[in-house]
Amino acid sequence: MWTNEVIEMILRGIGETVYMTVVSTLLGYVLGLPAGILLAVTDKDGIRPNAACYKVLDVIANIIRSIPFLILLILLIPFTRALIGKSYGSTATIVPLVIAAAPFIARMVESSLKEVDAGVIEAARSMGASDFTIITKVMLVEARTSLITGSTIAIGTILGYSAMAGSVGGGGLGDIAIRYGYYRYETDIMIVTVVLLIILVQIFQTIGMHVASKLDRRR
Amino acid sequence: MPIIEVRHLYKTFEQKGSTVEALKDISLQIEAGDIYGIIGMSGAGKSTLVRCLNYLERPTSGEVLIEGNNLGTLTEKQLRAQRSDIAMIFQHFNLLMQKNVIDNICFPMVIQGVREGDAKAQAYELLKTVGLEEKAKSYPAQLSGGQKQRVAIARALASNPKILLCDEATSALDPQTTASILALLKEINQQFGITIVIITHQMSVIREICSHVAIVEQGELVEQGLVEDIFNHPKSKAARELILKDRPEGSWESTSQTADWNGSERQVERVAGDKKLRIVFSENSAFEPVIANMVLKFGTPVNILRADTKNVGGFAKGEMILGLPTDENLQYEMEQYLLEKGLEIEEVTEDVD
Repeated sequence: MWTNEVIEMILRGIGETVYMTVVSTLLGYVLGLPAGILLAVTDKDGIRPNAACYKVLDVIANIIRSIPFLILLILLIPFTRALIGKSYGSTATIVPLVIAAAPFIARMVESSLKEVDAGVIEAARSMGASDFTIITKVMLVEARTSLITGSTIAIGTILGYSAMAGSVGGGGLGDIAIRYGYYRYETDIMIVTVVLLIILVQIFQTIGMHVASKLDRRR
Repeated sequence: MPIIEVRHLYKTFEQKGSTVEALKDISLQIEAGDIYGIIGMSGAGKSTLVRCLNYLERPTSGEVLIEGNNLGTLTEKQLRAQRSDIAMIFQHFNLLMQKNVIDNICFPMVIQGVREGDAKAQAYELLKTVGLEEKAKSYPAQLSGGQKQRVAIARALASNPKILLCDEATSALDPQTTASILALLKEINQQFGITIVIITHQMSVIREICSHVAIVEQGELVEQGLVEDIFNHPKSKAARELILKDRPEGSWESTSQTADWNGSERQVERVAGDKKLRIVFSENSAFEPVIANMVLKFGTPVNILRADTKNVGGFAKGEMILGLPTDENLQYEMEQYLLEKGLEIEEVTEDVD
């Protein structure tokens, strides 16, 4: 049962899961961070209110977030194939993961930035700071603890999604859990993979919280 | 030329369909080197007014001129450059919580593109000015309110401003810390020649350091002038109220609580119907026992409802509120007597608690 092959497969699964999660989170932030900043800035209480810009981003984010991830995964198959060349395997899974994660991340960033004390922003403005300076030197700096906490939550969610992608051949630990544990009734392999997923979430969570509290100067 | 000139300033806010007139036809001039107080009850519009001075709020109409420069005609970029001449401190300090003291003070210089090394050196210099050298590496969360305001003042000075706007800068501080912050502001005014505009609801702050004062009530400027003149002869009701409310923290509250001697109720009743006079003694008139002499002369007692000395711009002023007898002729004669003696008097219509 616990042949070298199986162990190797599980190790590869761990690698694929970490790869999908980390790359998707990074790419998710490439899209989600600017979108989140735009949402926070163009909101009616933001530093440069713009109802049209806010509404467009708001609606896009809500639409994507309303689609169940499994459906999104299937809907995006043609797009993924066009982009990557195939629609299965862990690299292909990154595409729907990023699309699903970006609006989620944008919302997290938006709410973190909105927590920044309006008085501090006003002080920066009174010193002659431009909007760009206020965003980069005040909002992102003051909100960094909350932003890091948010990214920890995002990683956990994306890791969960990546496991779900296993059901349609997405690779990683989720894939193994479904193929061996569910289709072939090898419950012990399923339990091992699930425990490994839990440990991974735990590790990301611990690192994130540690970094966040280490960087917080408010105490 | 005044360093700050405000001409016919109006500001209206739209709030859920209704319009609120926050400022109505405000005109004032502030000369370079002044410490100019703007006082009013909360909601009077004074915070909006101070934010119009650096265009954090754009006036609905009217003009703000800084050294003859009309802020309304500047581009966004020019306005930002102009703002570095007008520093501001706040009630809640508004420091960057994630940056240490030195980096906070460097911040305005970073915005202006000063080299990091030069900025740091300058920041240490300023930290010395406000007396917090040992806190350079601390974070704002580790400082007391007074220390935070000192850091905010050092930060405000970092851009080498000509004007310092203080928005209720001492309202979150206890009386002792308030006094030390006010002393620091006065020192800055004298040492660097920075014009200071102070927004407050506390008359004591105005008395303590301001040379001029403007009184704002419900968005309108009801009175302005030299602090001493307004303290001696308040013309508006708002000014009189603010002066009467001005008392050392807790002093009257505690007396009224302990004054449970059995005549107190009767006293209040009688006093309510009396004519009340507010008398201001300048230093020289305090030598002669005027009130005692008056009582002897007319053979009728007067009620001393309150007596106090206050520091107005560095001079001790005596303030007393008398309840006169009900006889109108006697009242008139007593008033004449006090005027003859060179005292400043005026009738008080508000209740004296």
